[in-house]
Amino acid sequence: MHELAIAESVVSSVLERTEGRTVSIVRLRLGKLSGVVPDALMFCFELATAGTPLQGSTLEIDVEDGRAHCRTCGVDFVLEDAFLLCGCGSADVQVRSGRELMVTSVEVG
Amino acid sequence: MCATCGCGSDETKMTLLDHDHDHDHEHPHPHPHDDARTQDRTHTLELEVAVLAKNDELAARNRAWLAERRITALNLMSSPGAGKTTLLERTIAELDRPVSVIEGDQETLFDAERIRNAGARAVQVNTGAGCHLDAAMVGRALEELQPDEGSVVFIENVGNLVCPALFDLGELCKVVVISVTEGDDKPLKYPHMFAAADLIVLNKTDLLPYVEFDPARLAADARKLNPGIEVLPLSAKTGEHLDTWRTWLDTLGPVIR
Repeated sequence: MHELAIAESVVSSVLERTEGRTVSIVRLRLGKLSGVVPDALMFCFELATAGTPLQGSTLEIDVEDGRAHCRTCGVDFVLEDAFLLCGCGSADVQVRSGRELMVTSVEVG
Repeated sequence: MCATCGCGSDETKMTLLDHDHDHDHEHPHPHPHDDARTQDRTHTLELEVAVLAKNDELAARNRAWLAERRITALNLMSSPGAGKTTLLERTIAELDRPVSVIEGDQETLFDAERIRNAGARAVQVNTGAGCHLDAAMVGRALEELQPDEGSVVFIENVGNLVCPALFDLGELCKVVVISVTEGDDKPLKYPHMFAAADLIVLNKTDLLPYVEFDPARLAADARKLNPGIEVLPLSAKTGEHLDTWRTWLDTLGPVIR
């Protein structure tokens, strides 16, 4: 259940940059290869925000596909999960995106 | 748990096994929300900040601290009971370089005591409810442990094939230990762990005759996630093929990745 630690990191990252102002929305960009489950993160976010200026805020998660490049056949393709396999059968694959875990913006009051 | 921001680090307990008292965790980070003030209108604040930036920053600090002292640190991860501690007991007995250990478990001093009995210094980090070690815990543990220059530090993570994969500790390499009794389907079930690893140690090979486990399948599935990853089959209990592990350790130097 590392999502609790992730949720706590989200909260502290936001608190550091909002100077105690009330926060109503937190927006995240979450890559599909990041190893973080959006539903679990939503659940933990409520716990982690309790008693802070983020309490009651909405967490909006933008889930991004992984993108990879096959070094064998040269094609760029979408990765749905952590398995590095190109349609051509090659596993010699370079991950280009999908591991992000970013707070993109917040709505402050 | 910190009542203001919900951070759970206060539950972490650190015990150095050549002391007879505990060191309570300090709570040095500021709480800017203490001086809360309100404003009327809402507006969007663009942040674009990595959620784990703080952990990654502390991990980089650990990595630099280790490099300055030419210390090789390895992060050992596995399910509970895969044999990490047994592997370390063997390693302490047989490695030429000085070894010390950071032990991560939710509760008890059992593993740190085993390490001390095997002849190495150990600091036990009890994470309480926490399911993984993070870079801050390892930083504090290194300060307690004060490992020798040029030594090897093993960081035995909390037994868990999920969460530890996400947290950089400042180590040189991540080693996943899997035992034959767990089944050869683990890479497909826990892909993030096997994708993050630099080496797989396949432990308890002495039990292969008694269980259905295909080492070739394990290696093939792991390479779907992590092309080219090396698998070292061995038995920490009997010592079978332990030389391959020693040889692998000998190839490591204290370099910054």
